[in-house]
Amino acid sequence: MSFTFRHLLGTEALSREEILFLLDQSRAFQEIQRHPLKKLATLRGKSVVLAFFETSTRTRISFGTAAARLGADTMNLQAESSSVAKGESLVDTARTLEAMKPDVIVIRHAASGAPHFVAERLGIPVINAGDGLHEHPSQGLLDALTIRDRLGRLEDLNVTIVGDIRHSRVARSNIHVLSKFGCRITLCGPAMWIPPEMTQLAPGIRLEPALACALRGAHVVMVLRVQTERLLEPALPPDEYIRLYQLTPERLALARPDAALMHPGPMIRGLEIDPAVADSPQSCVLEQVTNGVAVRMALLYLLTGGAPSGTEGARPAAPAAG
Amino acid sequence: MPTREKAQLLNAAETGRTIERLAHEIVEKTGGQHGVALIGIRRRGVPLAQRLARTIRASTGAEVPIGMLDITLYRDDLSLVAAHPIVQSSDIPFSVDDRDVILVDDVLYTGRTARAAINALFDLGRPRRIQLCALVDRGHRELPIAADYAGRRIETRADETIEVRLSEVDGEDRVMLVTGEPAPAARAGDT
Repeated sequence: MSFTFRHLLGTEALSREEILFLLDQSRAFQEIQRHPLKKLATLRGKSVVLAFFETSTRTRISFGTAAARLGADTMNLQAESSSVAKGESLVDTARTLEAMKPDVIVIRHAASGAPHFVAERLGIPVINAGDGLHEHPSQGLLDALTIRDRLGRLEDLNVTIVGDIRHSRVARSNIHVLSKFGCRITLCGPAMWIPPEMTQLAPGIRLEPALACALRGAHVVMVLRVQTERLLEPALPPDEYIRLYQLTPERLALARPDAALMHPGPMIRGLEIDPAVADSPQSCVLEQVTNGVAVRMALLYLLTGGAPSGTEGARPAAPAAG
Repeated sequence: MPTREKAQLLNAAETGRTIERLAHEIVEKTGGQHGVALIGIRRRGVPLAQRLARTIRASTGAEVPIGMLDITLYRDDLSLVAAHPIVQSSDIPFSVDDRDVILVDDVLYTGRTARAAINALFDLGRPRRIQLCALVDRGHRELPIAADYAGRRIETRADETIEVRLSEVDGEDRVMLVTGEPAPAARAGDT
């Protein structure tokens, strides 16, 4: 198979084979991160719109770096300094951007489903860079790539995600990826952040409010950032969160000795994670960042490639036309 | 799209002997193997480079480092093809700085693959010298590129294709001249 999507809106709709294909394609772009000269001319003359209707630093820089390394130009839209602040509707903003003839548009928006709405109305590929509480598919893919590199496989892993799962699009995109590989996913956090309906996202999800129980036997421990403003509704004092849920070396020791420790960033040391854990050899945090650029290069390369490549080219391991 | 075998140019034994002769030529021309590295261009350049290195080792004892290179991201026709082709990984486990790098491919045709490979090497460093080795040179160059080592030089027409089959990839060694439409696996840009 090969990648037949025109857009990347979420990981939920991706099949296991499609995910593996994207991860395999990302390998070539991982190598480029190690080159002394990292700039390609592959997408020379193509332009990428980075439409961030919600603030973002690392995801925007990551997509911008990916585009630059492929030789594409980027056009930036930041909501706070744009016509969006003047009341323009999403569809009008999107059509205006499209009229500048970009080849792909990367969208982050506070409303779940906004990238889908835009994708239905524009004639160019759309990449979802995070929509509301829904999905952040490139993060789910880069996390899968990082796990596969660290542990050598994606199949049948015990994955524990700790934090505010309810409000996390990162958690959702990861769940949709990892559940397709038979991973047993444990969601851990205060009860208000792991509501029962979370188990309906995919098969094999377990809710576990006690961190020690959630960590035992984990191959992967994913810590989410605590958005301090969320601690107000209902109130959970930060001290209490730290006491119950901060990932400390002692707690991480309950997981498997080779467990991969992940964090999507930005990381708040001393709140959700102990600095000693963040800097431990088990931490994959910086690999996640590097892999993020590689995955986004692969996505930009594939989605700007024009018509879906159909069934020709076969599996990733098959001979390339090149 | 039917393809028709027109003629076998080299059988298994001849293919093997041609590769051996190329290896000996490389030894002769490069003198000592100091600083020489072979980089096979995916796909069939890779097993070719491996066989050349084996032959060189057998005859001189010198260990020649081997790398493999995928040139997809350096193709000059990406904006023309219907869909971006699958990217394969490259693996060059040594620094190309100050080395005598010999690019190895099965067929030299328009020269566009060699151009792409040269660009790719420059992104990795500054080789002292880059040379080109092809099992078959079929002519029809579109760029000022020539093989430093050519196993066979064969006159072809534009509507013909050279099909190199190597046991590592295809289960047999032979070289054929084929007429008609290019096979589905043929490279969109060039060979």
